[in-house]
Parts: sequence; C-alpha cells; structure tokens
Amino acid sequence: MQIVSMFAVPAFIFIFLVSGFVSRIDVYDSFVSGAKSGLTSTFNIIPALIGLMVGIAMFRESGCLELISKALSPLTNLIHMPSEIVPLALLRPVSGSAAIAVVTDIFNNFGPDSLQGKIASVMMGSTETTIYTIAVYFGSVGIKNIRYTLLAALTADLCGIVMSVILGSLI
Amino acid sequence: MMNYIWGGMIVISLIVSVFTGRVEQTAAAAVSGAGDAVSLTMSLLGIMCLWTGISKIGEDGGLIRLIAKALRPVLRLVFPKLDPNSKGFGAIVMNVVANLLGMGNAATPLGINAVTELWNANGKRTTATDEMCMFVVLNTASLQLIPSTLISLRQSYGSAAPGEVILPIWICEVCALTAGIVMAKVMSRLSSTEKRLNQCR
Repeated sequence: MQIVSMFAVPAFIFIFLVSGFVSRIDVYDSFVSGAKSGLTSTFNIIPALIGLMVGIAMFRESGCLELISKALSPLTNLIHMPSEIVPLALLRPVSGSAAIAVVTDIFNNFGPDSLQGKIASVMMGSTETTIYTIAVYFGSVGIKNIRYTLLAALTADLCGIVMSVILGSLI
Repeated sequence: MMNYIWGGMIVISLIVSVFTGRVEQTAAAAVSGAGDAVSLTMSLLGIMCLWTGISKIGEDGGLIRLIAKALRPVLRLVFPKLDPNSKGFGAIVMNVVANLLGMGNAATPLGINAVTELWNANGKRTTATDEMCMFVVLNTASLQLIPSTLISLRQSYGSAAPGEVILPIWICEVCALTAGIVMAKVMSRLSSTEKRLNQCR
C-alpha cells in the first residue's frame, strides 16, 4: 500500500516530463505558463476561503458543532465515524472550499496523521462537490427534470463516506 | 445555497455561543479563522502551481490527447448508446481526462460543453437524458488521480507521510464511482421498463 502511494507523485511528474521531451516541446516554457494559471486560480479562492474558515471556526468554538455531532451520533456510531468528521461529511457535497476549511480545522486540532486526520484526508480526496456540480451542469442548459441524478450521486457519496471511514482507520 | 449555509452558520454560532457561554472564544475564532485562510492559501500556492505547470506540459506535448484516446473504449462501456464519433462523446472524454488529472479549472468548462452537446442532440428538451444523468454522476464522484491540494495540506501540517492516503483514496473513489454508475444504470433500466409498461396500457 505504502509503495504505490509513495511512487504515485514522482511517477506522474516523470511521465509528463518525458512525454514533453519526446514531443520536443519546450517543457520549461510550458511549465511556467501553466504554473502562472495556477497562481491566478489559487488567489481567486482567497475571499471565499476567508469567509468559510471564519464561519467554521465560529461554528466549532461556539459549541454548535458538538450539538450537531451529538444529535447525529446514533447514525455515525453505526459506522464508527468520529464525531469531528461529521461536518466534513455534511459540507463536502455542497462546497469544496468549505470542505477544505473543515479539513484544515481537523489537521490543526488533531494533526494529519491522527485517526481523524486520516479519515478526513481520504474523504476529502475521494469525494466531490455533488450538489454544486449538479447545479452547474444542469443549470447551464436549463434542464428542469434531473430524474435520478441526485439519487445516484448521493449513493456514490454515501459509499465514499462509509469507505473512507473504514480505509482511514486501516492506514 | 451557500448564501443560507454560510450566513446561517455564523448567525446560529453567535446565538448558541450566548447559551454555551463561549461568546469570547467565538469572536476570537472569527479573527483567527480569517488569518488561517490566508496562511492556508500561501501554503497551497506552491503545489497548485507545480501541478498546473506539469499538466500544461502534458497538454502542450500531446500526452493528454493520448490519455483521451486510451479512455475512449472504457467510456463506450459507460455510454453504450452514445455515438463515439459525436461531439458530445468527444467532450465527455476530454472532461474525464481533465478530472483524472485534477485540472479542476479545465474540467468544468469542458463538462458544461459536454452537457450542452448532449442537450443539443436531444432537441434542447428540459428533461435530462440517461446519458446526461450518467455524465453528471461521473462528475459528482471524484476521479482525481493525484489529490495534490490535499497532499500539500497534509505536508504543511507536518504529516510524517503526506502521500500515504493516495491508495486508500483510489480504492474509495472506485467504490463510490461504481456505486454511482450501478445506481444510475439500474434507475435508467427501471424508468425505461416503466415507460414500456405505460405504452402497453
């Protein structure tokens, strides 16, 4: 398990660079122009991230988070989900930046290598912003009847959430 | 929707903090949260740029087109009724490639393009086709191969092994994706049987 995880990133970079050399493009030029677009998009998320991280920090410190986690504990205990993960599972389908804010909060309080940190990592990496995606794609062409899309998407999310609790506890 | 979630979260926090006697801590959290957001962005900036830079090499060098070619047979299984030479199918392939490589900014416009092509092919009706549903389900599941943002976040918070979550994430992604595809296929089968039954009546 660790070996595959360890080599994934270097192998990726290697393959991309070699492919660039093979097709005789200026890899350095391409890299710099690509990195520049990353710069703009990262800066663009700062305002949203400030808003969301403030909201989540307040939500946690006021004691709201504890109340919700307690209310949901019969359900979350069923799959052995630590109560700190609940807000991530709830916010992940709605907003990507909000989910990053929750993960950061968990890393801050427990560390990335804690049980909570590992489960949060797997959940964050393996799920998407379901509701937002459906709204953007169907909204863009004015689809009104989305039929079973939400049901199938939420089935996938539920499966991802349960699996990340299991796999996060194993590593 | 974020409007109500975000606003509601803060208003409720402030009200609850009065009852739990944590007004001071809640106010302090607002200040530190704002600062954390900026330092978080700074710690992510490097890897985001590294990754978009590497992706650009693949784009300019033609590797991305090659991956798209390899993916076509797989996607034909998921979209059996769609003509593989249609514009819609081509757009779906490019969107999936962008998702795999974590090119979030490229994936969304390509995805909108794909939905628009499918919509045009369906006579611009307001009801989603099976192909549209399946395509959106694919996009609501994560397909990303390297969760670069997450890894750099783990690194900046001092993880001993930032990348050790990659394989579990892949397993988890495959499970969730399979669940979504199976559910969509079952529902599409059910709705077409229902339609046929109605026609018989």
